[in-house]
Amino acid sequence: MKEKFRRICADGYLGLVLALLYLPIFLIIIFSFSGTSNFSFKNGFNFDSYKSLFAGSDQAENLLSALKYTAILAISASVISTILGTFATIGIYYLGRKLKKITLTVNQLPMINSEVVMAVSLMVFFAAFSFIFPQGMTRLIISHVAFCTPYVVLSILPRLQKMDPNMYEAALDLGSSPLSAIFKVVIPFLMPGIMSGFAMAFTLSLDDFIITQFNKGDTGIETLSTYIYEDARVKSLEPFWFAVFSIFFVVMLTFLLAVNIKKNGKKEAKQ
Amino acid sequence: MTRRKFRFSRKAFAYPYMLFMLLFVVVPLVIVLINAFLGDDGKLTFENFAEFFSDAGGGLTVLGNSLIIGLVTTLICLAIGYPCAYLLAKYHASNKVLVLLFILPMWVNFLIRTLSTKAIFMALDVKLGMGTVLFGMVYNYLPYMILPLHTTLVSVDHSYIEAAEDLGADRFTVLLKTVLPLSVPGIISGITMTFIPAISTFAISEILSSSKIFLFGDAINMHFSKATNSFGVGSVMSLVMLLLVIVANVLVSLTDKEEVKSVL
Repeated sequence: MKEKFRRICADGYLGLVLALLYLPIFLIIIFSFSGTSNFSFKNGFNFDSYKSLFAGSDQAENLLSALKYTAILAISASVISTILGTFATIGIYYLGRKLKKITLTVNQLPMINSEVVMAVSLMVFFAAFSFIFPQGMTRLIISHVAFCTPYVVLSILPRLQKMDPNMYEAALDLGSSPLSAIFKVVIPFLMPGIMSGFAMAFTLSLDDFIITQFNKGDTGIETLSTYIYEDARVKSLEPFWFAVFSIFFVVMLTFLLAVNIKKNGKKEAKQ
Repeated sequence: MTRRKFRFSRKAFAYPYMLFMLLFVVVPLVIVLINAFLGDDGKLTFENFAEFFSDAGGGLTVLGNSLIIGLVTTLICLAIGYPCAYLLAKYHASNKVLVLLFILPMWVNFLIRTLSTKAIFMALDVKLGMGTVLFGMVYNYLPYMILPLHTTLVSVDHSYIEAAEDLGADRFTVLLKTVLPLSVPGIISGITMTFIPAISTFAISEILSSSKIFLFGDAINMHFSKATNSFGVGSVMSLVMLLLVIVANVLVSLTDKEEVKSVL
């Protein structure tokens, strides 16, 4: 009896914290159907907020362009950092002890460093060498690759450490050249790590605000985060944004939940 | 001979990345370091440090405020997050979806979440200020505290708890003297995952206080903006931030080592 009571209290507490975490999200979704931005249904239930997405306003157009840049940036940054990171990891694994330690320490830097400091340092660097690095996408892609690749390296390295070194040697003994042994034996073995590194780089780049904000320059490039910041920070949140945020919440949360449940299901099936 | 040759070639895969990191991670930090010692005229000077540490510059006040807000945020996150992680590990260790629900908000863009909370506060006529900033910070960083805590608490060997119970410890003593000490690495890593971003963030305090509360991240942002253009002082502040990051991580690695020792 006492145990049961304790359990109910525990679940109550967990439920309370969860409710707090999701309350703002649910409120925004509910009131995205009110067409107002002051959390009331004085105009009744309607789809005005969603209609404003297709009204052809400047806001909708800017949002679309921001989405386009966000996608281009996230795809190119994650592809480049995955390729760079995969080869880097294989190389790092065979480095001498001292050099390996130094490289892995530098690899840690973007992960532990405060984002503002990293953003500022890149901005100053690009300003100093502006004749090599033109403003715009070049700078953004480089800076995103710089903070994403360390995560790729760290998601592949454990997998490489698990690999039987004899696999590579066997490929060589069977007449494969070192390069094709890497491509046909080592990389396929590393694939799970490479894929999760890619997914991580993609989401990190998609979600980034601070580094993009400092390095976008004044070429007019806005990603989703920087556009939200520019537009919604000054004015109060308009019904337009209620609709946009609701779509994001629903898409992101269902996607993540589905991916993770599927992954867990697979793991359990294996056990 | 041939073996030597391809060993060399495998190592060489790391070189492009090492060059990349040297160029885009190490060199930029060195430039910030140099900037901190350069005056407006481009000559070597300690003026930037003087300005940061002087009363007129206000650098120390901002740093102090940020440290306090960061500390309070971290403590509240720990106070809410530890029971969460503990109860999750105790009653729902096998329920991965429930754990996931606590972590998920982390993946929704923080600006979207912060602006949503601001809209709600404004609709409720809550005055934007210290209280709302703290709420926004806790709301934003709570998952970062729960995740590492949960990871350590789940891996605590259950036989320790049973042993403590067999030796006559009541529930409270078990929690205080067995579970808590075993979860110290999780606590430390949760604290750094919350504290460092909390003191250096910008936007959250700006949005949730209508720019009234000014934190370290906002200050760095301001010094590097075109309007102010005081890169020198901004660089000094970046160095202070970097120093805090390094101290925090040294602390983490120290506790990690102690844990390894005690296990061996």
